[in-house]
Amino acid sequence: MNILIPILTLGVLGLLFGVGLALAAKKFCVETDPRLDKVYAKLPGANCGACGMPGCMGFAEGLIQGSCSVEHCVVCSEEAREAIAKILGAGAKANVKKIAVLYCYGGNKRVKDKFVYSGIKNCAAANIIMGGQKACFYGCIGLGDCVKVCPFGAITMSEEDLPIVDEAKCKACNKCVLTCPKKLFSLVPVTGKVFVACSSHDPGKDTKAACSVGCIACGLCVKACKFDAIKVVDNLAVIDYHKCTSCGECVKACPMKTIRVRA
Amino acid sequence: MDLGKIIAIAISMIFVNNFILSKFLGLCPFLGVSKESKPALSMGAAVIFVMTCSSIMTWLIYNYLLLPFNIGYLRTITFILVIAAFVQFIEMVIRKYSNVLYRSLGIYLPLITTNCAVLGVTILNINNFYSGGKAVKASFIYSTFQAFFAGVGFLVALILMSGIRERLELSDVPESLKGIPIAFIVASLMSLAFMGFSGFSR
Repeated sequence: MNILIPILTLGVLGLLFGVGLALAAKKFCVETDPRLDKVYAKLPGANCGACGMPGCMGFAEGLIQGSCSVEHCVVCSEEAREAIAKILGAGAKANVKKIAVLYCYGGNKRVKDKFVYSGIKNCAAANIIMGGQKACFYGCIGLGDCVKVCPFGAITMSEEDLPIVDEAKCKACNKCVLTCPKKLFSLVPVTGKVFVACSSHDPGKDTKAACSVGCIACGLCVKACKFDAIKVVDNLAVIDYHKCTSCGECVKACPMKTIRVRA
Repeated sequence: MDLGKIIAIAISMIFVNNFILSKFLGLCPFLGVSKESKPALSMGAAVIFVMTCSSIMTWLIYNYLLLPFNIGYLRTITFILVIAAFVQFIEMVIRKYSNVLYRSLGIYLPLITTNCAVLGVTILNINNFYSGGKAVKASFIYSTFQAFFAGVGFLVALILMSGIRERLELSDVPESLKGIPIAFIVASLMSLAFMGFSGFSR
């Protein structure tokens, strides 16, 4: 008889909770959109956050609610984009593919070190100490934070200590742009073949003293450009990719070989 | 019920008998959710909430169900059942009524469901505030406060840890110790530091 009490108590308790939870599940059930999982399955799942939403699931929810549109996802392929548009029942707009480009061509050959840095081997740490060991304050520190942060393995370090972006692998997720302590990366449309490989806002004389390929803001490129696509802003040439036709005249005109054609 | 005792419980639970650093309970979320401060804060809040509610539930069940039938020895399994069912229920309710709260808190609730720290505090309540099979005076209130402050202690440990780990990200850790191993070393050092509090309270 005594053995029955604990058995019954626990059994009844379990039954109560079981039934209670089952009823509660019914009462409090949240209806989810069946399209959500389908859309999510088509997204890349890298959770890179380039769309500005918290991960791919957040982006899928945004798509369903209509607060995002498919082209905000720079990573997913054209087929996936069409498939998602089909699920959502709306046409996806064409999207210009972008890639990350490093606005620096200094490296260890063209820019000297101003001191020997023997601290922690990452750019963020080096940048805290007098803006890094490079003679050019604006240039690439070369310790490869961008290589580590790239979720697609698209960035490698060259022998000159400059990151090289593999255009085939780069998905323009924006992570390197945000990570680089010198803000040297920029997302550029693949159609734009020329770029200014410098970010130095120092006056021409100082830039020249630190680096053999820095922009000295001479303005020859501005004159050479027939499309009015280049401006010199704050001692640095800037290309407007809406106007640029990649004709290459500026590349010929640049005395410092700062404006380069993308490899 | 007197205020002095509640303050003693608070100090005991937060510092002297900190659940993570002195009793070594709930180490899984301690290492899992302490990488950044923000999730750590949400997790801590969720733990405080679950601990307090579970403690209330289990105390009532122990007092009005297990004791009258003289089956106090079944408390562990009963408490597990109660806590698991209760947390599930809370998760459903939060999901239904507050999407914002669900986003910040809800994802941590299943993690805590069968967490040993939660079970630990409910068992500890029974150990501390029952003598000779009878509830001591104001046992219910003390239990609730004990559970609440155990949760606060959890939160404190979690936040300290997440602050340290955020800094660790930027430091030069030997390759073989990167990630979880260094976290364990940090946790043990913190635990040693908290040993300094031992003896302040029972």
